[in-house]
Amino acid sequence: MESEQLYQRGYCRNSYNSIASASSDEELLDGAGVIMDFHTTEDDNLLDGDATSPGSNYAMSNGGGAASSSTHLLDFLEEPIPGVGTYDDFHTIDWVREKCKDRERHRKINSKKKESAWEFTKSLYDAWSGWLVVTLTGLASGALAGLIDIAADWMNDLKEGVCLSAMWFNHEQCCWTSNETTFAERDKCPQWKSWAELILGQAEGPGSYIMNYFMYIYWALSFAFLAVCLVKVFAPYACGSGIPEIKTILSGFIIRGYLGKWTLMIKTITLVLAVASGLSLGKEGPLVHVACCCGNIFSYLFPKYSKNEAKKREVLSAASAAGVSVAFGAPIGGVLFSLEEVSYYFPLKTLWRSFFAALVAAFVLRSINPFGNSRLVLFYVEYHTPWYLFELIPFILLGVFGGLWGAFFIRANIAWCRRRKSTRFGKYPVLEVILVAAITAIVAFPNPYTRQNTSELIKELFTDCGPLETSQLCKYRSQMNGSKAFTDDPNQPAEPGVYSAMWQLCLALIFKIIMTIFTFGLKVPSGLFIPSMAIGAIAGRIVGIAVEQLAYYHHDWFLFKEWCEVGADCITPGLYAMVGAAACLGGVTRMTVSLVVIVFELTGGLEYIVPLMAAVMTSKWVGDAFGREGIYEAHIRLNGYPFLDAKEEFTHTTLAREVMRPRRNDPPLAVLTQDDLTVEELQSVINETSYNGFPVIVSKESQRLVGFALRRDITIAIENARRKQEGILLNSRVYFTQHAPSLPADSPRPLKLRSILDMSPFTVTDHTPMEIVVDIFRKLGLRQCLVTHNGIVLGIITKKNILEHLEELKQHTEPLATSWYYHKKRHPPSHGANGKPRSRVHHVQLIRSFQDGWGGGGTGSEEEEEEEEEVVCLLNGSSL
Amino acid sequence: MKLVLAAEAACLACLVLLSQAAAAKNSEDVRCKCICPPYRGYEGHIYKQNVSLKDCNCLHVVEPMPVDGKDVEAYCLRCECKYEERSSGTIKFTIIMYLSILGLLLLYMVYLTLLEPMLKRRLFGHSQLIQSDDDAGDQQPFANAHNVLNRSHSRPNMLNKVEHAQQRWRRQVQEQRKSVFDRHVVLS
Repeated sequence: MESEQLYQRGYCRNSYNSIASASSDEELLDGAGVIMDFHTTEDDNLLDGDATSPGSNYAMSNGGGAASSSTHLLDFLEEPIPGVGTYDDFHTIDWVREKCKDRERHRKINSKKKESAWEFTKSLYDAWSGWLVVTLTGLASGALAGLIDIAADWMNDLKEGVCLSAMWFNHEQCCWTSNETTFAERDKCPQWKSWAELILGQAEGPGSYIMNYFMYIYWALSFAFLAVCLVKVFAPYACGSGIPEIKTILSGFIIRGYLGKWTLMIKTITLVLAVASGLSLGKEGPLVHVACCCGNIFSYLFPKYSKNEAKKREVLSAASAAGVSVAFGAPIGGVLFSLEEVSYYFPLKTLWRSFFAALVAAFVLRSINPFGNSRLVLFYVEYHTPWYLFELIPFILLGVFGGLWGAFFIRANIAWCRRRKSTRFGKYPVLEVILVAAITAIVAFPNPYTRQNTSELIKELFTDCGPLETSQLCKYRSQMNGSKAFTDDPNQPAEPGVYSAMWQLCLALIFKIIMTIFTFGLKVPSGLFIPSMAIGAIAGRIVGIAVEQLAYYHHDWFLFKEWCEVGADCITPGLYAMVGAAACLGGVTRMTVSLVVIVFELTGGLEYIVPLMAAVMTSKWVGDAFGREGIYEAHIRLNGYPFLDAKEEFTHTTLAREVMRPRRNDPPLAVLTQDDLTVEELQSVINETSYNGFPVIVSKESQRLVGFALRRDITIAIENARRKQEGILLNSRVYFTQHAPSLPADSPRPLKLRSILDMSPFTVTDHTPMEIVVDIFRKLGLRQCLVTHNGIVLGIITKKNILEHLEELKQHTEPLATSWYYHKKRHPPSHGANGKPRSRVHHVQLIRSFQDGWGGGGTGSEEEEEEEEEVVCLLNGSSL
Repeated sequence: MKLVLAAEAACLACLVLLSQAAAAKNSEDVRCKCICPPYRGYEGHIYKQNVSLKDCNCLHVVEPMPVDGKDVEAYCLRCECKYEERSSGTIKFTIIMYLSILGLLLLYMVYLTLLEPMLKRRLFGHSQLIQSDDDAGDQQPFANAHNVLNRSHSRPNMLNKVEHAQQRWRRQVQEQRKSVFDRHVVLS
């Protein structure tokens, strides 16, 4: 990453942790160009480390211990205050700062390593903790996925009946050894009782059908009700698929409790209930959330990860790979999914760890063997038949279908979710879930393709017709008379069974399409992968059978003549189903490489890569023609999460000055001065504003920038000082400089806050084009950036401001926007004329009003900025 | 929290071990399933036998053989034999564990939603009402700092600690509920 250099520079100037060791001082000297103007300001040079100045006297008396060397003294003095450097809920982390912290920690451990064997062991532990945490995450997510698979299978069959000999077996397991040998009786083993058999005592007839129907609805409703109640009472964050939120979290947002223990437990438990209730949802997306919860919980065991939000996100990236790995049995696909879809910052080291976590998870799941087929997923298939060039046409058509479905689904689902979000209808989540579950169950039962579990449906659609015609899909005419050899003529004419299956499949397709739109976004754990794949698989299978029949009846066409001779096995409808599934999933999520790899790992055959790629690319192109964002981005935008998409391009010509806050008519920027505030004044600034950070300037007269202090840190530091240091009164002076300012003799002891001051805030000049600013924000993951002019702080740009700006630009029509911005750009930079700023008026509060500005006129009022509270509903106003 | 983690790790280890152990122990858990399609007037059949992997073929599993000696090869060619294994121990353990956790959660849910408000009302009158609006205090910037710094303080009493943790958890869930169901700022 090219940004690495920037980090380095950031580090050199950063004294955030302020361990003013000799080496960092030297580094500071090297960067002389940058720090020269620090010398010209007052006493703000780090190089001055002697302990004889008046400022340190205070410190010494406070310290109590006899500190011999100045570095030691400084170490002690600036012992970190607990809680400083942490974040509030719904705030954005500062990647640069977090990485600096990590490097600092690493350096400390490295330098201590030689001291003793214990320290050496500690450094080894530290070095290994990354691998340990991903191993644990992989183990846990594999085991949980196994639990979910087994329990969901069992519960799903509970809707149908119960195993009398062993309660805990599902239908398949219950009849494991029973010897009903004929095809007709294969589903009727004596141990398994359907509800009608148990209650009414008869297995056949309309009465038992109605009884089964009733029990099916009853169980579906009770599962759905339990799921939504548990979610509502214990962990509201457990609802939904979780991928949009994880994407946002990985990009540097904090949602406390989203990856916590309760969320993990409730999500695991309710996911089983939700899948078993027969709602049109899948467990794959929530598994990613479950894996991320595991990653987060295990990272608390290791100080390296628990104390550093940026490092924690590396673990979460690996965890999401493990999640997809167990969801689809595709370790490589999982890693690529993490890279392509969810991760924001993905260094090579994380790639390795993700792969490792994915493999561990897959191995654990494999050894649990939840489906009894020695595979990780139910719908694993193996094909060996080749495909022909001509078949690319139906594959591409499937791709078009997938793209159209994706675009339609995103529009419809977002519209529905917006309705839920903004109207009163959203006030009844339990009722909504019950309603949707009831409709799903009532409509689904009569149709055998919708009655069964969606994963099983996909499996049935994927597999080719074997010797055992498990479904009507395979009722071809030639197999009716058993005398005909099975392999003689695989391309048979369809018989009525297949036609009725087609009808049922079409109905199932329509049903799934409608129900999925209303289901995704319900307040139960709900994934999107399986329903999308089911829709694609149904469509694909229909197309596949159509093409097969076409080839059968018209095998003398020039298209089929070459390769599809009579009796040759030339069309594989299962393959069409698979391509269709990939296309639909691609249309909805807009994944490309990872999706192809996931599906390729499902089939285990390299030869189908080309059809898959053709279909997925087509679906992406078609989908992009209707709207560029995938379902997850759409949900991120709907919820207004502060997510700065790295894929989008910024093409406008605005300048930093136009985006920074405060704007023209806003109240002035709240700043702090470095040494003439009292505690009381500082507190009143904090109480009266809601900004999350304050630029620190040299003084009212010279408004040069010193650094940046975060609100949370200031409050914690003041509170901490009150408790631990004596003599801090309301009128104590607060100073951010190295040495305390000279004070009258009777004044109370001053409070030094240098340790919480970020001395290397990112700054840009007011004329920096926004494309550069946006790039800096994306690549470095900044939280805020100060805007300066001649070293004087003008304002601030936060991530939120950038997102608002992007949203604004999206809504403006292009020509209007450019002309307006051009006009602004040409405005003469009047304030640059007199190099020095004039004297300013401040009141003590330091909510300054820059009445005079630099040049007056249009630009004068743009100087004051504030950082606004980063509320979650950032974009609500503009996006609605 | 360490305890929870330890318990979880133990559970995982149990699960993995059980799955391995059960697979080895229980000979019921393997089967060879042969599906033979209809052939010359013989109906299609499914055969299941408890045999090892290397014996999993039509000749060993299909018993009694429906066709005569010379047709056996042709018949067997069409049969599809699959070796399958499961671990009934893991399944049993998983389902029982799942159901017991679910049951506990349901009990706790009933307690939290129905019993506790009733008990509280009976015991404390309306003092609970006063307690419920203390989250207004959280809005003040310095209250937050109090919380952060308090976290590092150790508490003398174990019971106190549990109470405190539960209180904190409850407040958290309330906050979550507010943002998900009322304000619709996340996860809508």
